[in-house]
Amino acid sequence: MNNNQLKNQHLWWRAGFGPPADQVELLSKEKPETLFHSILKASDKKPDFFDVADPVLKQKVMESQSAGPGKYLRLKQGDRQMFRKQSVQDIFKLNIRWIQEMTGSPAQLLEKMSLFWHGHFAAKTVNILYDQELLSVIRMHALGNFRDLLLNVGKTAAMIRFLNNNQNKKGHPNENFARELMELFTIGRGHYTETDIKESARAFTGWGANLQGDFNFRPGQHDEGIKSFFGKTGNLSGEDILEILLEQKQTAIFITRKIYRFFINENADEEKVNVLASRFYESGYDIRDLMIRIFTSSWFYDPENIGIQIKSPVLWMVGMRRQLPMELGNPALLLVLERLLGQVLFSPPNVAGWPGGKQWIDSSSLMLRMQVPGMIYRSQALVSHPKEDDDVMMGRSSHMPLFQTQIQWGDYIKNFNNTEEPAIYAAVSNLLLQKSPPLNEKDLIPYIDESTRERRIQSITIRLMSTPEYQLC
Amino acid sequence: MLINRRKFLHLSSLATGTCMLPKFLKAFEGPVQGMGGNKVLVILQLSGGNDGLNTVIPVRNDIYYRERPGLSIPKEKTLSLDSEAGLHPALIHLKTLYDEGNLSILNNVGYPNPDRSHFRSMDIWQTASNSNEYLNSGWLGRYLDAQCVDCSRPTQVLEMDDSLSLALSGEKMKGIALRDPKRLYETSRDPFYKDLVRVGLLEPVDDPASYLYKVMAETLSGANYIFEQSNMRPVTRIYPDTEIGKNLKTIASLIASDINTRVYYVSLGSFDTHVAQQAKQEKLFRDLNDAIKPFTEDLKSNQRFEDVLMISFSEFGRRVGENGSGGTDHGTANNMFLISGGLRNKGILNEMPDLSKLTEGDLNQQLDFKQVYATVLKKWLLTDDLKILGRQYGYLNFI
Repeated sequence: MNNNQLKNQHLWWRAGFGPPADQVELLSKEKPETLFHSILKASDKKPDFFDVADPVLKQKVMESQSAGPGKYLRLKQGDRQMFRKQSVQDIFKLNIRWIQEMTGSPAQLLEKMSLFWHGHFAAKTVNILYDQELLSVIRMHALGNFRDLLLNVGKTAAMIRFLNNNQNKKGHPNENFARELMELFTIGRGHYTETDIKESARAFTGWGANLQGDFNFRPGQHDEGIKSFFGKTGNLSGEDILEILLEQKQTAIFITRKIYRFFINENADEEKVNVLASRFYESGYDIRDLMIRIFTSSWFYDPENIGIQIKSPVLWMVGMRRQLPMELGNPALLLVLERLLGQVLFSPPNVAGWPGGKQWIDSSSLMLRMQVPGMIYRSQALVSHPKEDDDVMMGRSSHMPLFQTQIQWGDYIKNFNNTEEPAIYAAVSNLLLQKSPPLNEKDLIPYIDESTRERRIQSITIRLMSTPEYQLC
Repeated sequence: MLINRRKFLHLSSLATGTCMLPKFLKAFEGPVQGMGGNKVLVILQLSGGNDGLNTVIPVRNDIYYRERPGLSIPKEKTLSLDSEAGLHPALIHLKTLYDEGNLSILNNVGYPNPDRSHFRSMDIWQTASNSNEYLNSGWLGRYLDAQCVDCSRPTQVLEMDDSLSLALSGEKMKGIALRDPKRLYETSRDPFYKDLVRVGLLEPVDDPASYLYKVMAETLSGANYIFEQSNMRPVTRIYPDTEIGKNLKTIASLIASDINTRVYYVSLGSFDTHVAQQAKQEKLFRDLNDAIKPFTEDLKSNQRFEDVLMISFSEFGRRVGENGSGGTDHGTANNMFLISGGLRNKGILNEMPDLSKLTEGDLNQQLDFKQVYATVLKKWLLTDDLKILGRQYGYLNFI
């Protein structure tokens, strides 16, 4: 394969969701640095806010009543169930809206980075307004400053409710947020003590959020006493705790290592992590700068980093649609696949996010991934049923959509208009796979429809998408 | 005697089975003999949080009747277990099992600092973690890791579903999920997959794709093996045409065969009865009852009932007080059914819930569910529970 093409595809898969069908010709010509800067430039745009919440739901929230002085606003009894039901539907819409953005937006790095933070700041709520807000904060700061991101995420209603900070009160601290903040969001296990958790939980007392999702600080519930945290003593506030954690270089190391494992290689090269982390720390946590360092380094393109990552279900799904444009008859298919394959957006397995890597693959998920391209091609029905999710289903059952997806072959096949007949297999394989399969063209002959040139390209494509290698990038 | 005959059948069936397999898979057909006896565990997951108080009803408890003016089940309608407790009226066959000494009940099972979110609490039960830790592997997956060192197919642990639960996902190995042995077999028969595996398995083991090829080869080999076994001695009793009926039928026929499966995992739901609980729970219990009847009868006629232990669990119980919609909301501690022909302690094994001592309207846990796991791992599956659970828990005496 042309070395440039492999590198550019590597960049597209890691800094985005795979190469787009309409730029195939550029893959072998463009220099990776040039491509990266164009992806970066496209990602510098301020992201649009996704507003999919039902207007009636929003109206109900506006009309919510205070249960008494100093109490939170509450929905009326009869409205609560409607709110929950509608939220579940709207969260599905938000899921599909975001997938659509990942698939079509030129701001690939921004959306990929946001997906990373979505797993890092994992929260699950049954409130569409909270989910919209958290995603918006994440997309707004995804390539900005980690300090801003951390502070703003910590003050979202989603995180406050999810990690029980609204129940964190003077005299009755709830340590959930403080614990996850250190274990998962900043410095990581082994770098703090139980006393640190207790002291910092007191600092976050009084942080709350209302039904609309606005942060509100309740001074009456805040513990004004003296706290000691990482060598600092005083009447520390929640903001002080976050600042102190950011002062710890370990936070930069922890975040950088996680980014390295997500974007480059699950087996982190500690030497490189440390160099990157020092720079990240010195830059005052400039995420964009960190990503530039990564994607413009020469080691990013080392063979040991190419074709070795197991695609997440979202990356697999979005990447397939970017390479092979298709019209989804029923977008609910995306949700069914997310469920069956184990990555439902806005529904992480727990606050630690998706573990990723080999955890994506078991016998059912691997076989399904390998069957789906053929099912779409042959318009077969999907017969697998996902497990129900009681947190959102509330005991109701879901029904299954079928594949009614139309592949838009025209846009794809024209990429091979100038390919000589004998070179077609190699051209398709090079485009689709970052790691060549041990299966060669000869082995594939019984499975190829040779009736026309078009059919030949189609069947090679579908078969190569049905290989274990297609699960890698 | 029985074991010897079974062992013989087992080895002979393996020999014929192997002959039918394509050559390339033979490398994957190591001995399938299970280690550690011939006991089988069936986990029945009641998804959604089953209301334990309306399952095993405290028929002499005034607080129960006071807190549930609309939902409580009158004493005379329950199936009487003892002076204190009655079973939900739909669980007729379970009452028979109880009377025979083949069903025991554990009350107040839970864990400290309970979480009321379905997914988090289910995670805790499936991974056997504490409520403040997050594990990426399930307890039965870790059992598989311990059991299936260098083994060819992870069929020791099977789930009757289209996707695999975290419970069966180990650090190294993962169990197989299937809804129907025939469907899995037909999928796996695609010659394209066989061709892929044939060449793929030749890849060096440090290659990133080799893990995928390994999973694929295990799946193909497992699919073939499971299908073959499921046809070996099909069960003849009539099972209801429900998901749970079909699943228990598959499990019964696999248990009757010589498969090396030690653990089956099956779910029923949803028990998340916030609204109109009475009818929903009754329907689910009827489905459960009607499926368990032929299942236990088949086990008995195949003389396997003493070797099979079925345990039920739910991610949490429900609140003591009913809500305003004819339902109940998420609670904490719950009861578990233990069904087997080989129970040592019979009946209701510990105190009924104390409704006068609640924490914020919820039952207090008395037993940690991990004690049940430890007991089952140690005494039934004869394996090292400490290695799988990471901590030592006190054993119970029901087996």
